[in-house]
Amino acid sequence: MSDYDIKKLQKRVTNGGLDRREFIKAASAMGLAAVAPALYSQAAHATPKRGGTYRVGLGGANTGDKYDPADNGDTFMTNINQGAARNNLVEIGPSGEWMPELAESVEASPDAKTWVVKLRQGIEFHSGKTLDADDVIASIEHHRGEKSVSDAKSVAESMGKIRKDGKNTVIFELDGGNADFPYLLSDYHILIGSADKSGKVDWESADGTGAYVLKSFEPGVRAHLIRNPNYFKEGRGNFDEVKVTAINDAAARMNAMVTGQVDAIARCDLKTASMLEKKPGVSVLQTSGTKHYTYPMDMRQGPFDNKHVRMALKLGIDREAFVKTVLRGYGTVGNDHPIASSQNYHASELPQRQYDIEKAKWHLKQAGLSNLDIEIAASDAAFGGAVDATQLYAEQVRPAGINIKVNRVSADGYWNNVWMKVPWSASYWSGRPTADMMFTIGYKAGGNWTESHWNNPRFEQLLIQGRAELDEAKRSEIYVEMQTIVNQDGGSVIPCFANNVDAASDKLGRSAKLAGNRELDGGRSIERWWFT
Amino acid sequence: MLLKRLVLGILTLVAISLLITLGVEALSGDVCTAMMGQMASAAKVAACHSQLNLNLPMHERYLTWLWNFMQGDLGNALTNHRSIASLIGNRIGNTFFLAGLAALVAVPLALTLGVIAALYRNSFFDRAISIVTLSGISVPDFFIAYILMAIFAVWLGVLPAISNLDQSMDLWDRIYISALPVLTLTVAVSAHMMRMTRAAIVSLLASPYIEMAKLKGIRPSRIIIKHALPNALSPIIQVVMLNLAWLVVGVVIVEVVFVYPGLGALMIDAVFLRDMPVVQATAMVFASVYVILNLLADILSMLSNPRLRHRN
Repeated sequence: MSDYDIKKLQKRVTNGGLDRREFIKAASAMGLAAVAPALYSQAAHATPKRGGTYRVGLGGANTGDKYDPADNGDTFMTNINQGAARNNLVEIGPSGEWMPELAESVEASPDAKTWVVKLRQGIEFHSGKTLDADDVIASIEHHRGEKSVSDAKSVAESMGKIRKDGKNTVIFELDGGNADFPYLLSDYHILIGSADKSGKVDWESADGTGAYVLKSFEPGVRAHLIRNPNYFKEGRGNFDEVKVTAINDAAARMNAMVTGQVDAIARCDLKTASMLEKKPGVSVLQTSGTKHYTYPMDMRQGPFDNKHVRMALKLGIDREAFVKTVLRGYGTVGNDHPIASSQNYHASELPQRQYDIEKAKWHLKQAGLSNLDIEIAASDAAFGGAVDATQLYAEQVRPAGINIKVNRVSADGYWNNVWMKVPWSASYWSGRPTADMMFTIGYKAGGNWTESHWNNPRFEQLLIQGRAELDEAKRSEIYVEMQTIVNQDGGSVIPCFANNVDAASDKLGRSAKLAGNRELDGGRSIERWWFT
Repeated sequence: MLLKRLVLGILTLVAISLLITLGVEALSGDVCTAMMGQMASAAKVAACHSQLNLNLPMHERYLTWLWNFMQGDLGNALTNHRSIASLIGNRIGNTFFLAGLAALVAVPLALTLGVIAALYRNSFFDRAISIVTLSGISVPDFFIAYILMAIFAVWLGVLPAISNLDQSMDLWDRIYISALPVLTLTVAVSAHMMRMTRAAIVSLLASPYIEMAKLKGIRPSRIIIKHALPNALSPIIQVVMLNLAWLVVGVVIVEVVFVYPGLGALMIDAVFLRDMPVVQATAMVFASVYVILNLLADILSMLSNPRLRHRN
């Protein structure tokens, strides 16, 4: 009996659900105090083993998918490309910290304007070509320039002048200092491919440096990968073969997991995840990431140009209920700014905004209004359950004298025709690894994706200042102030952060702490996991 | 006669391709904005337009496509630039395999049930068949799919929950892995064919020649099979062909639920991404299936009817 319980506890450690202190406390309660530390390390430091065929079911697949990372955006392709076949210069670790991947070192000048990237030597592509500085430059240039249609165009263009210094060194000269520069290199679009003599990368050849070689690929259907015997990382790339199946329907994904047709899935159906948790042999994995849902208001026009109206709308949403019903508990409440509690520089001292109808009424009065009729557009393209969630919001805010009319619109073409086109709509962000990247893409004045169209001079000033600041304490101060400004003045209601909810067979081994930056261990389960 | 039908069929296809073009053009956005989604910006969309020749007016793009299509060139997908012929190749086979398998099960089953129902009309048995098959048709197909999945895959564990058919599988594996979608489709199409068979036979049973046969003392089963069924064939063929066509073109949801790599899913993705050449190619396949099956239905009706057969 006790043996069974301790195994269960150990499993939770291996899955990252329990830390050392909690484990030892629980094990001691079972009368195992003397051996608890040993049992903990046994669970936490399982060593990878080689072999087996890993079958994984992923959503977000499309028959129009391609190898070119400029076009990759969803789980299916990022898991195959970044997670298996290719590498970045920099990798994001389990705690959200950056570490060199194809790079050996990434070093900044004191003003964070010049960055020197030294490459690891002797890394070979699947084709046998040796990685050098030309490959890196060609891979990044691919996203830049007038003809670029890359999703990473703005990221790549912020990398300034790129030149090589010998075969193994690449130097980036930025226009302004950026202390977070290494994170840009970890972007899932900025993968390194092999350049030909003309300085272009043939992305369709799928030639990469990754742990697996792509054997076959049918867009929107499946991919088959085999292990790269020359992989440069120790203990990674453990499976002999990997079969990735595209399963876009959430219920079908759950069924494939339940019936054992796959070993792991990304993105559980939240409605049935709690039932899957009860199934023996399967673990539901939760990581807290950066994905969050937003309700951006167009601050250029009334009534959203009034700070009190925005505040009333922020106070009128019951965040606890939102997390409970929309996310089925798989998430945490948001505080009207886009930095997750798991991220660096999160403003933990900032008071959590509560559902407060009296205060909302007061703000409405300050705005010179006794009641307010407004419209919002919602579609499940914004996030799963967005229409129901918004209707719920409308009911919650009604007692404050605010009548929200929810316009249900088609998911098809939502991002082109509705989002940022109508004054108020539902939206989501998968988030960015750093505060600077998130604020730059979603909140900078005049940006393409500044969804609330806001412009706050103090915020703009801090954005530039924080980016180049290498002093951690000063940086933290700056980002906390920026979060406070967004919380107080910003145009987005941000009710929650959604967890990544995946499932995996207990036959799979994985490290104690899973990365939360993307689904399935940072989108790298194929490279990182193994069969025990 | 046949030639005339063939020419009309080809004209129908051209008309459909034009309608499809107008339809997809009328949708908001285009392949560039659809691919970029939330990350679209004016400069990127403009670059994408010029890369894909989307700056040309619609009629020019349509005529170019039509000209290439007439010469048998389906072109490349706008999204991933893969050749459409190869994108469609395997999927056509898969779609016809699934439809064929479902037809092999559903058609004999429905016709037999229909004959039996006509034979024992208004009995308990007749009502039971009607209730079961009509319930099958009244429930949406994805719901049938989930119920069958829950019973056979999750609860009993005898059939696979997802049917990710693979070119390397042998015939038996393919049949096994496609079992649940085939069952789902069988439930979905049987009612219509069975009811039509029953109705066509029952309506004939009041005719004088059947009365004559009865008076001669022929057994009821023989009356129905030998005397009524051949004369009821024409409407039955029509409804069978209609259902066969549905099995090819109407199974998108079943494909999605069972992760079956057929043509339907390809078309839906292509419409969503506004990938016009792929939409056109799949639409042409689907439209051809309808045209050919209708043609076949007419020919078979003619053959089954001595009056039409011996007119000239």
